[in-house]
Amino acid sequence: MSDAALISNPNEEWVLPSRGIVGMACLILAEASIFVIFVVAYIFYMGKSLTGPTPKEVLTLPIFTSICLLSSSLTVHAAVSALSRSKRHLCSLWLAATVLLGGIFLAGTAHEWYDLIYNHGLTISTNLFGTTFYSLVGLHATHVLIGLIMLSLALWFSLRGQMTHEHTEKLEVLSLYWHFVDGVWVIVFLVVYVLGR
Amino acid sequence: MMATQTPPNEVYDAGASKPHRPLWLEVLHGWVTTVDHKKIGLMYIGYSLIFLVVAGFEALLMRIQLAIPNNHFVSPQVFNGLFTVHGTTMVFFVGMPILFGFGNYLIPLMIGARDMAFPRLNAFSFWISAFGGLLLYYSYIGGSGLYGAGSAPDVGWFAYAPLTSRVFSPGHSTDYWTLAVLLSGIGTIGTALNIVATTISMRCPGMKMSRLPLLVWLYLVTSCMTFIAVGPLTAAQIMLMLDRYAGSHFFDTQAGGSAVLWMHFFWIFGHPEVYILVLPAFAFANEIIPVFSRKAIFGYPAMVAASVGIGFISMGVWAHHMFTVGLGPGANTFFVLATMIISVPTGIKIFNWLATLWGGKIHFTVSMMFAIGFLFQFLIAGLTGIMLSVAPLDWQLGNSYFVVAHFHYVLVGAILFMLFSAFYYWYPKVTGRMLSERLGKWHFWLFVIGFHLTFDFMHIPGLLGMPRRIYTYEADRGWMIWNMIVSSGAAVQAVATLLFVFNMVWSYFKGAVAGADPWDAWTLEWSTTSPPPSYNFAQTPTVASRRPLWDLKHPEDPDSNYETEQSLPRTRQEENL
Repeated sequence: MSDAALISNPNEEWVLPSRGIVGMACLILAEASIFVIFVVAYIFYMGKSLTGPTPKEVLTLPIFTSICLLSSSLTVHAAVSALSRSKRHLCSLWLAATVLLGGIFLAGTAHEWYDLIYNHGLTISTNLFGTTFYSLVGLHATHVLIGLIMLSLALWFSLRGQMTHEHTEKLEVLSLYWHFVDGVWVIVFLVVYVLGR
Repeated sequence: MMATQTPPNEVYDAGASKPHRPLWLEVLHGWVTTVDHKKIGLMYIGYSLIFLVVAGFEALLMRIQLAIPNNHFVSPQVFNGLFTVHGTTMVFFVGMPILFGFGNYLIPLMIGARDMAFPRLNAFSFWISAFGGLLLYYSYIGGSGLYGAGSAPDVGWFAYAPLTSRVFSPGHSTDYWTLAVLLSGIGTIGTALNIVATTISMRCPGMKMSRLPLLVWLYLVTSCMTFIAVGPLTAAQIMLMLDRYAGSHFFDTQAGGSAVLWMHFFWIFGHPEVYILVLPAFAFANEIIPVFSRKAIFGYPAMVAASVGIGFISMGVWAHHMFTVGLGPGANTFFVLATMIISVPTGIKIFNWLATLWGGKIHFTVSMMFAIGFLFQFLIAGLTGIMLSVAPLDWQLGNSYFVVAHFHYVLVGAILFMLFSAFYYWYPKVTGRMLSERLGKWHFWLFVIGFHLTFDFMHIPGLLGMPRRIYTYEADRGWMIWNMIVSSGAAVQAVATLLFVFNMVWSYFKGAVAGADPWDAWTLEWSTTSPPPSYNFAQTPTVASRRPLWDLKHPEDPDSNYETEQSLPRTRQEENL
């Protein structure tokens, strides 16, 4: 066997995937399996409520807030790519837009819940629809809230000039989480507002 | 246990000069604040060994209660608490943490890294799991809160609905159970994430995926399964908490909720969990059997493929725990077939281990004896598993002692045996001293006898119709003699375990000094000192094959000549053959 077969060539570059991205991918896998169970429970109990109100009576399509949330995926991506080109002010701007859009979505959910609770009398204990609706949408809203807190922190660091080109990968890891939260909303929207209504 | 692994010279070594001896508080501070993967691994192992003794003691109490008919050694309420807490402890606070402890300790050493990918997450995962374990036992004193004395959770380890609803389980003991399992799940996901990121991103130069030690490969598979299995458990526990505290109706049958849904959610976790526990045991076997056969593992790619195969198939077999529910012929057939198919990759593994032994120069150390015991017992456990996978037979045997005997055969006969084997194999690396082989042989033979007395004979009352979880039974059922044998075997196992604990303590002080590589092994952890320094390797190693230490010791005939991707492997004379 020739020596060329030995790989211990010290000049050969040894590059491994980023641990941050691998770690976030694992977290997303674990979180996805949690969401799958809540979605399965929602679909399983669809139309099985013993009493009203039913989804058809009380739910309205949250089109505007959904557009806000989904477009925040684009803005966070723009923030990452601005940071990778060292355009820090642009990055702050895009981050601020992301936080704003996410905030609008969360406010929309809050308004929807207020309306459901006080005008339609639907709570988590009213019927199976209330049980599965509030837990699934609430679980997603919790994730949006956590994402917003982290994005706000990033915005804070960015505004103070503490976030530089070398933090691109960290911001990218955060953006992966945000993309995941947005992706889950597509599923939740389809299941709760399209399929279930 | 924890004390035995404190680096010598720091605390217990009487010969160490007094002025350098750190205060007890400093040592404690060092352990509590550590982010070193080895110390965290040891804390995982120490913590699970404590719980192993506690949950083993609970098992003994149950066996005393069941040894003779019409016994009233403990009350029925206490008995229900005992089997619930025994099962929960053994799965969540012994099995998972001890296996992740070994993984934590070994994986960075085996891939030539200085620590895990996320050391602080590692510490967080340990402490959150430990807190979960404390919550479970806190239930004994605080379970009923203001109502009065505490009580243990008594809903069984799989906590079927609607028994867990507030109507049937008042007080807080079920909530402590839920929170304990939830927290342990969070810790488990954190550690699994860490193991995957470490394996993918922290390998030393030359450690390609095709050269990973099989132990690391199997931990990678087990960790990926953890994400998919523990997520549903977490979701189900959140639903249960909402049911109990927010008045939701997930498992509330009176409001249209479904008790069967809980069963599905629990077993979507519960069955992969069995494989999450057994794959690390396979991982130990993959390292230990070749070293004591003096041969490279047979069929490395087949082993990896079989492990990944088990990982995938195990996600689709959960409802074989639910045949007695009446799922209908379609679902029953699917889950019968899926369950039987999983024995194919498992069989591949057994044949590969046998082929590794074949023609090898077998060294019967205590570690190897436990590994051989594992091979036979795991085979038998697999065979009763195939019996139970047949739905009609399961209708007959479901919820009987046959099932209890089957899964204890896996958990004790396979996993615990391989854990003992791993202790004898890696103890010298961790402490720098050998475990006594003489005490170890006593430990092995006593444990084998006790194990077979208990778990071979436990199948019989199951076949005779003895249901699991019964508090006591009448004398005329014909179960008496079998229960007596089972209980006496439990006592023998307890004695053997005490011998093992004694061996670990005694050898820490008096054992022969091990040196860096007492077994003449081939993976990277044996290239550093015993115990390894906190930075593991002074220089990052570079590897060129699956057995880097073989290459180092035999530069004239390195493995790397035979593992190149361009050429087919060539045959050659194995060492000592």
